[in-house]
Parts: sequence; structure tokens; C-alpha cells
Amino acid sequence: MAAPTLEVRNLRTHFFTRAGVVKAVDDVSFTVERGKVLGLVGESGSGKSVTGFSIIGLVDPPGRVVGGQILFQGRDLARISEEEMRDLRGNRIAMIFQDPMMTLNPVLRVDTQMIETVLAHKKVSAEEARQRARDTLGMVGIPSPDERLKSYPHQFSGGMRQRVAIAIALLHEPDLIIADEPTTALDVTIQGQILAEVQKLAATTGTSLIWITHDLSVVAGLADDIAVMYAGRIVEKGDVSAVLDAPLHPYTSGLIGSVPSRNKRGEPLRQIPGMTPSLLNLPPGCAFRSRCPRAAEACLAEPEIRELLPGRQVRCFHPLSETSEQAA
Amino acid sequence: MSETATARRAALDAGAPMVELRGISRRFEKKLDFAGRIAQRLGAPVREETVHAVDNVDLTIRKGEVVGLVGESGCGKSTLGRMVAGILPPSDGTILRDGIDVLSLSAAEAREINLRTQMIFQDPYASLNPRMRVADIVGEAPLVHGLVTRAGYDAYVDEQMRRAGLDPAFKRRYPHQFSGGQRQRIGIARALAVKPDFIVCDEAVAALDVSIQAQILNLFMRLRTELDLTYLFISHDLGVVEHLSDRVVIMYLGRVVEEAPAETVFARPNHPYTQSLLASVPRIESRKRAFSVVKGEIPSPLNPPSGCHFHPRCPHAMERCKLEKPVLKEVAPGQRSACHLNDAA
Ligand SMILES: Nc1ncnc2c1ncn2[C@@H]1O[C@H](COP(=O)(O)OP(=O)(O)OP(=O)(O)O)[C@@H](O)[C@H]1O
Ligand SMILES: Nc1ncnc2c1ncn2[C@@H]1O[C@H](COP(=O)(O)OP(=O)(O)OP(=O)(O)O)[C@@H](O)[C@H]1O
Ligand code: SF4
Ligand code: SF4
Ligand SMILES: [Mg+2]
Ligand SMILES: [Mg+2]
Repeated sequence: MAAPTLEVRNLRTHFFTRAGVVKAVDDVSFTVERGKVLGLVGESGSGKSVTGFSIIGLVDPPGRVVGGQILFQGRDLARISEEEMRDLRGNRIAMIFQDPMMTLNPVLRVDTQMIETVLAHKKVSAEEARQRARDTLGMVGIPSPDERLKSYPHQFSGGMRQRVAIAIALLHEPDLIIADEPTTALDVTIQGQILAEVQKLAATTGTSLIWITHDLSVVAGLADDIAVMYAGRIVEKGDVSAVLDAPLHPYTSGLIGSVPSRNKRGEPLRQIPGMTPSLLNLPPGCAFRSRCPRAAEACLAEPEIRELLPGRQVRCFHPLSETSEQAA
Repeated sequence: MSETATARRAALDAGAPMVELRGISRRFEKKLDFAGRIAQRLGAPVREETVHAVDNVDLTIRKGEVVGLVGESGCGKSTLGRMVAGILPPSDGTILRDGIDVLSLSAAEAREINLRTQMIFQDPYASLNPRMRVADIVGEAPLVHGLVTRAGYDAYVDEQMRRAGLDPAFKRRYPHQFSGGQRQRIGIARALAVKPDFIVCDEAVAALDVSIQAQILNLFMRLRTELDLTYLFISHDLGVVEHLSDRVVIMYLGRVVEEAPAETVFARPNHPYTQSLLASVPRIESRKRAFSVVKGEIPSPLNPPSGCHFHPRCPHAMERCKLEKPVLKEVAPGQRSACHLNDAA
């Protein structure tokens, strides 16, 4: 098997705020194989975006990557120069955001932005760059790209704008795309269109994807692997079907259980009590302790992530067994 | 008892619906921006445009029912919800509350009806006064409207907070000192404190994490039985709507395209738009499957397509669909749909 596109090992990204140290990402490890989609899920504040920003070197002070390795095609991104990083960004690694205007410049025509992006990393003629822009817009399902190229971002609908942002990410056929909730703000029929395009692209181009979302249902249909984050740590990861069919971590199980479609119509939803803890000065031990139905004395210590079943990793002292007590 | 009050009692006894909308429309004039005004003054053919946010909608909500209202952004859900809640007047049509035209009510009666209808919004923070303590946010309206005396005030506020799942020990805190889920609980406590019988929820759980969303949905369902509430539940999340609605209404570009009992809508959707919508929803049960795709963008409500608004995106569109607006009619018991295909058979 070819080397993985990305291997993140024990990544730690902390924010040194006046109120204290926020361990936004703490001991996070995962691997993304070539052409595969990793779904990175978790609730608000669990550290998904900071993980993505850490990989592409966009963590701003007071935040800092304080430990671990980010091996991209064998090269440690945590240790390369800012210049080398800039060269990779937008070229070999691209990021797509929830708000496409993070990518798009409101005062430039779409063709100008796209052609400049092509020329930034490739020595081609302007006409070749324009052709590339046209082709990528076609790839993300934008009809009549020629006409669209002459428009400004504000002349597009939200869904179209996101497509343009995705097209820009695709311009250099990157090896890795980090997509941070890119369809969350879109309508469901438009989200469906974009997910279909993305799925096709991943299957045909060999690009690896990290798809960040809080929506387990999106990951279910899109990803090969899933990593579930809670309070800055990955608590469970593995093959999507395996994890969603038979979660091992009590948090994953609770999360799946609270999805309305997993409950009988009209019955009370299974719910996780309490709320996510503040990452500022987390108490020692398992961060899920105060909400966990399986918590016991042992959980006052910090659980390490371990391989419980082949390809299934979980950070818990008392994981659910394969057979019993699963979320229905 | 006044004449209308007597009439209302009679209507309620006869099983009048909680709310009934007859041919309700709401139009908004889209004001010209600065450039537009200049252009107009210079003689350019630009005009103020009219948005048909809600277009000739009939809707009945029976007492004790949970009606789910779904549709994509801009289809008119919030506009309809605000008219139902009595905080936005319709451009056309009649609204009956307890069987009585709301326009025929006296000022005092209208106030009472308005109090009995409460609205809960997506962003509780925006609707909570940041400089007021939780106790006052919850207790102010009941005090003003004489639902509680000064003497009973503290106990009343405690009870409202507890019922919404908030610890009364926090009643002297300000909204920013609470999490998103707790702020939504404050909004719920405030709404319920004036003893409404009808609640319009507009995307009330949209901003919450799944685990917190489940807590709030459970709260809504528990309160429904405890307090005998009727809900209009507006959401773009079909999973949520399926879970708690008795009946579901689907809108597209200002019009109701389908309406049926929840089981029916999800098991046997009739309208091609409903079918497309259901097919587009990601499901946690699905695995690495091809996402089904509805073609095209959602058209601008400023300039909706002719005939059936869905025709440019509809896989079954016929010539007739471009010309003629389909009417909403019964296609199965309790199921109404607005599609020309139902005439073909
Ligand atoms: N600039 C910052 N200063 C201090 N703390 C920060 C900063 N940026 C992020 N954090 C903290 O890092 C944690 C992780 O944030 P992150 O944005 O990665 O969460 P997320 O999982 O992407 O959540 P969401 O689903 O809401 O986007 C949060 O607790 C957040 O408060
Ligand atoms: N006060 C207003 N002035 C002008 N136009 C308005 C106003 N309120 C709503 N509209 C327009 O009416 C249409 C329906 O809006 P509405 O907010 O009811 O949609 P919605 O279904 O609630 O959408 P969303 O899912 O985005 O909340 C939209 O085109 C909107 O721009
Ligand atoms: S380690 Fe203990 S508290 Fe944490 S998830 Fe496992 S059982 Fe629950
Ligand atoms: S009326 Fe015509 S265009 Fe509209 S939904 Fe029915 S078949 Fe499709
Ligand atoms: Mg984020
Ligand atoms: Mg709305």
C-alpha cells in the first residue's frame, strides 16, 4: 500500500489566553490514506477547526502547535518554514471553509481570482490558466462557466459561491483537501448536489479529504473513516460503518442515539445529560466523566486511546462491548 | 361576557381549530438600494420589486396538534410563522383564532390572544435583553399582565425556570453567563410564563449541538403533554420535524405544495418537490452511497418561475406545468398536494 497522504501524530495545539491554557487539540492522531475521506466529527468547541488550521499552519496567537507531528507525504509540516508552508497551501493542500467568503475576494471577478491562483503556483499562460478555471468550475457542477467567470462573488447564491470556493481549492489538483463544514449553511437540496460532486471527485482524482462536520449523517454517506472528537481529543475512530453500527465509546453511542431518526417517532429522544465542559482548566481524568452513564472510579484517571478491535480505537476505560448495550 | 367572547366559547365548544388561515398572502416591497435610486432618478427602468413571501396559503392547526412547517431558505416559513403568531399583518386573507376573525377582536381581546400565542426563535441570545437578569426576563411579562402578584413573584419565576430545566439558583445571572442550550431554555421559560396555549417555534433548535438539541426537543415534547400545548414547529431539519410532528406542511417559494400526516409525508410523499427534498436529506443509516441530486438552484422569490414554481427543477415537468399553477387538493385521506401529475391518472 502506498504511504498515506497525511499522518497526524500526537498533535497538541494550545491557546495561551489570559484566563489560562485552552487545550483545544490535545494528543490527536489520525491517518488519511490516498483517495480516502476522513470524517472528523464532534460538537461545537471540540477542536475540529483548530485541528484543520493546525495542519495547514494557520493557527494564530495566542494559539500554538506545542507538540506532535503532521506528516504530509512524509514531511513534517509542524517543522517546515513559513515559506515552504505557503508553497504547499493552495497548491498541494487546500482548505474549504463554512463561509466561502473566507476564500473569495469580494472585490475581484471570479476569473481574476481563479487565474491568479493558478499562476501563483504554476508557470502557464493566462489563456491556459483561464482554461483550467473553466474546467474546474465545470467539475463542481457550475453550468455555463464562461459566463460565470465574469461575475463577482456577490452575484452568486450561497450554494454557487461555495462551489466556486471548492473549484478554487481544486485548481491545482491538491493531494489533500480540508473541508470545514462547507455545506452546513446550505439548503439540503444544494448540500446534496455538492456532496455528490465531492464524492465523485474523491473517487476519480485520488485527492484525500478531511471532512469536518457536526453532522453524523453527512459523514455516514460520505466518509470512509470517522474520528470523533470530544473536548480536544479523539475519543473514537475507525471505519465509518463499524463505528456507526456499533460504537464503542459512550459519547459516540450517546451522539448517535440522540439523532432523531434513530429514535421511535414521538418517543423521548435518548439524550446525553449535561453539557460540554469548558476547555479552560479541564479537570484531570476522562473529560466525558460528568455526562457518562458508565463512569466509575477508574475514570478519574486519564484514559489513553487504544486499539480495542482491529482498526477500532477508543479512549475509554469501560467501552461498550461489541454485542451488548449498543445504541439501537 | 362580551359578544365575541361568547361567540368564541361557542366556537371552541364546537371544536374550532386553534388557528385557521384562509387565503393568506404577504408581500414585501424590496426597496431600491442607493445605486438603484440614483439609476432610477437618471431615468433607468428600475423599479421597486415585490417579494411574494407567502402566496395564498390555507392552513388549519387543530388544538393539541404539532404541525411541522418545512422548506428551504426563503420559502416563507418565518413570514408565515410570524403571521400565525399575530406579529405580522397579512397583505391579504383572513386569520381565525379559536374560530374568530382576529380583525374583529376588541383591543383587549387582541392583547389576550397575543399573550396566549408565543414565539420561540433560533437565536435565543438575540431575543434576550443582555442587561436583564434571568428572573426579570422570565417574570416581567407575567407581572405586567397581572398573571402574578408581587408577593407570588419569586415562587412563580422559580417554577417557570425549573419547568424549563433551569436551576433557579441562577436567576440573578445575565444571559451571557449561560450556554446556548441554557439560553434556549430561558427563551422557553419566558414564553411559557405568560401561560400560552399555542407556541410557534421558528428554528428553535437549529443552532444547538445534537446532544443539546435532543434535550430541548424532549423538553418541548414533555411540555406539550404537561401544559396541553399546540405547536407550529418551523424547521429546515426534516429529521426533527418527522420526529415530533403530527402533521407536516411543505412550502416552496411562498406556496404550500404538500400537506399530510407525518407518517404519510415520509412514507408516501406525493409532490415531486417533497420527494426530492426527502431524497436529498443525508441519513445516518446510509453508507458511502451516491447522494441523490435535485438539479438546479432555488429560484429567487423576486422572480419565481411561472405556473408550478418547481417546474425548472422537476424531473416530471410537462408543458402544462409552465403555464398553469397547480392547486392544492386532496390526493389521499388527509393528504393534499399541488401537482398536475395528480390529474393525469
Ligand atoms: N483564538 C482563540 N483563543 C482562545 N481559544 C480558542 C481560540 N480559537 C479557538 N479556541 C478554543 O479552541 C476550542 C476548539 O475550537 P474549534 O474552533 O476547533 O472547535 P470546533 O470543533 O471547530 O467547533 P465548531 O463546531 O463550533 O466550529 C474551543 O474551545 C475554542 O474556544
Ligand atoms: N421584512 C422583509 N422585507 C423584505 N423582504 C422580506 C422580509 N421578510 C422576509 N422577506 C423575504 O420574504 C421571503 C421569505 O422569507 P422568510 O424569512 O419567511 O423565509 P424562510 O422560509 O423563513 O427562510 P429561512 O429558512 O432562511 O429562515 C424571502 O425572500 C425574504 O427575503
Ligand atoms: S473513561 Fe469512563 S467516564 Fe470516560 S467515557 Fe469511558 S466510562 Fe465514561
Ligand atoms: S406540477 Fe408539474 S412541475 Fe410542478 S411538481 Fe407537478 S409535475 Fe412537477
Ligand atoms: Mg469549527
Ligand atoms: Mg426563517
